Amino acid sequence: MAYDEKVIDHFDNPRNMGSLDKEDDKVGTGIVGAPECGDVMKLQILCDENDRIVDAKFKTFGCGSAIASSSLATEWIKGKRIDEAQEIKNVDIVRELSLPPVKIHCSVLAEDAIKAAIADYRRKRQRSQAEQPEADALRTAGGGS
Amino acid sequence: MKLPLYLDYNATTPLDPRVLDAMLPYLTDKFGNAASRNHVYGWEAEEAVERARRQVASVIGADTKEIVFTSGATESDNVAIKGVVEMYGRREGTDRKDHIITQATEHKAVIDTCTYLQQRGWDVTFLPVDRGGSINLEELSQAMTDRTLLVTIMHGNNEIGTLQPIGAIGRLCKQRGILFHTDATQSFGKVPIDVEEMGIDLLSLSAHKIYGPKGIGCLYARRRNPRVRLAIQMHGGGHERNMRSGTLNVPGIVGLGKAAELCQQTMEAESGRLTELRDRLSESIMGQLEDVTLNGHPVDRLPNTVNLSFAYVEGESLMMEMNDVAVSSGSACTSASLEPSFVLRALGVSDDLAHGSIRFSLGRFTTEEEVDYATGRVVSAVRRLREMSPLYEMAKEGVDLSKVDWHAGAG
Repeated sequence: MAYDEKVIDHFDNPRNMGSLDKEDDKVGTGIVGAPECGDVMKLQILCDENDRIVDAKFKTFGCGSAIASSSLATEWIKGKRIDEAQEIKNVDIVRELSLPPVKIHCSVLAEDAIKAAIADYRRKRQRSQAEQPEADALRTAGGGS
Repeated sequence: MKLPLYLDYNATTPLDPRVLDAMLPYLTDKFGNAASRNHVYGWEAEEAVERARRQVASVIGADTKEIVFTSGATESDNVAIKGVVEMYGRREGTDRKDHIITQATEHKAVIDTCTYLQQRGWDVTFLPVDRGGSINLEELSQAMTDRTLLVTIMHGNNEIGTLQPIGAIGRLCKQRGILFHTDATQSFGKVPIDVEEMGIDLLSLSAHKIYGPKGIGCLYARRRNPRVRLAIQMHGGGHERNMRSGTLNVPGIVGLGKAAELCQQTMEAESGRLTELRDRLSESIMGQLEDVTLNGHPVDRLPNTVNLSFAYVEGESLMMEMNDVAVSSGSACTSASLEPSFVLRALGVSDDLAHGSIRFSLGRFTTEEEVDYATGRVVSAVRRLREMSPLYEMAKEGVDLSKVDWHAGAG
């Protein structure tokens, strides 16, 4: 199968390949897919206090189109607010990379990875917001030590 | 060294220039129909066909009358299996003969033919294989019943190279009076085959795997002890002793004959040379990369075939990364089915490793320099893709990937 030039470009020069600290509260991590299906994508976002994605990274186990889809996804979401990033649809990726029908699942996975990373980030934010007053209270009770 | 480097000889092979030279006159001046009995054009075509028949028969210890030319091994497999079933099969009565035994890693030409017959009411046993891809002779023996008509088990496997013990299988079949067919497409010309010694009744082979042209092959069908009769699958002018009608593909047949002759002349030296190159390739890759496994039998294997699984990377992206080396992969992404290799699955290779498998098949024109070049490309490609792989990262962090619940959202 011959690949589209854009797929080859993302494959040869992946944008934002790597990892962010998954323990960081400002980092959301999405891991989607399964090894037995031949595709696993990890996509991570780092957000500022306004929920704007200031950095994104990916690592992908999968075919060239899966790698290209996740690379493109990180490129697109960087600089967007999470609610904007949430709007990215797999068909946008299909169109940009001219993915053939058998590779559409790669784009679906990339969309899922964005959503999973955002969900993880939101979960962490909610948890830290819920924990914050408690922590403050504890500090007060502890006599400000 | 010519790039892209070709290490996919199990898929097909280039014509040997000597084969082409032998064929050329039969595409031009000597264009006659081998069935034309009344002029020199026909005679010279027939003579060439009979020479080719001798050349092919000689490689497997057969008689020339036992060679039926076909369009290739797929047709030979179909004719052998359906021909036997239609000729000897009986689905009713106490003396029923309605059972075929085959095994899990056969080529699709055999598996799908058997499945087709199964759907029409014939009883088919698909024997499992062990981790190396070999069937168990004890299991084969137990599967045989008075109703068993045919055992069809391949010699060399196309994906993993494992050689089934066809001599022992043939002896078992002889003891039980069961016909034995073997698909020898990958092994013919590469390892010794003797139809008498091995008790083979039917054997399929193809020219384009042995530096001959595409679209030509043959079926060996035993004429004595027992005489194997086949129900006609291609009706017409009664060519090939009425076993396969259709004007003979004379240039193709000449090419097959020449290709077979060349294999016979060089088999011993060539198989030694290829075994060395094959092992050089796998040992040097496995020496430089961790978590690489060899699929197939470590010893009883075609001299030219190496199938490796590279953990944490996917086969199609691996091929894309080493795109100046032509190989093939068990990855689902390389097929339309989205399922990884059924051969590797039958061996018990997990799906993730099947997705990350590559078959290297070497051949007559493969050099040591090429093997070393391919090794370098594979090693750097796997390293780069592992850097990109979340699975590799998780494994390095100590995560047991087999215990992760991937469908629960692992993040």
